[in-house]
Amino acid sequence: MKLSLWRRYSFPASHRLFRAEWSGEENERIFGKCANPYSHGHNYALEVAVTGPVDPATGMIANLADLDSFVQQKVLDAFDHAYMNEQIPEFRECVPTTENVCRVIFQRLAGFPHAHIEGVRIEETGKNSFEYAAPSNP
Amino acid sequence: MIRVTRKLEFSAAHFYHNPDFSAEENRRVFGKCNNPHGHGHNYVLEVTVAGEPDPKTGMVLDLKELKEILDREVTQRMDHRHLNYEVPELAGKIPTCEELAKVLWRILEPKIHQGRLDRIRLYESPDLFVDCTADSAKDAR
Repeated sequence: MKLSLWRRYSFPASHRLFRAEWSGEENERIFGKCANPYSHGHNYALEVAVTGPVDPATGMIANLADLDSFVQQKVLDAFDHAYMNEQIPEFRECVPTTENVCRVIFQRLAGFPHAHIEGVRIEETGKNSFEYAAPSNP
Repeated sequence: MIRVTRKLEFSAAHFYHNPDFSAEENRRVFGKCNNPHGHGHNYVLEVTVAGEPDPKTGMVLDLKELKEILDREVTQRMDHRHLNYEVPELAGKIPTCEELAKVLWRILEPKIHQGRLDRIRLYESPDLFVDCTADSAKDAR
């Protein structure tokens, strides 16, 4: 059997989906309401999965205090109440769709020293969610 | 292949304490969970069985039978119980969500005869849950 521990976090943030090299009309055609120049926001729910052996001394894959402080430092300190287009450097080069937010957050978490980060899942709203898995199993 | 999931809730108490650790180490590693008086959770268990529907019944498995298995093996044994003292499979282990999910897998897997157990998802709270899935790699512990 294989065990994965999932921990759920949340952060409100704003974004705007547009490409500077496209016309206003083209941005609106592709991104619709999400291209609104004033931006808009969501309450994002972030789920992080870690996997690895269960330490028999603690019964844990990873200590939640370690995971929480790592996620806080690598992700929440930057993303919480941020305008992602301007305040998250990775989005200077790519559109902050939730697909890309998943990938960026996964990359920020991949160096967790206590267990293998298996994937992340983000709910942008109650109706849509996105999942990014590590390319291969440990 | 079709996956069928049945969900149930149970409430139980636990605390974390490793007798090989000093009192200070227990507090440092386990934090509030080390409180010897215990504390409780409303656990939510999702049990997923995978298989092909039987053409005669249209069912992967008889959900009534699964409900009876879950009632007998989980609800009757764990609901309103203290996991440290009342679940023998957890004896000598720290009753974390990880260990409890492993125990539930080992209890339920041999009892599913139509289809096969595909995943156990155990929520300790809405913000913390563990997935246990079949894996070709040998389980070392």
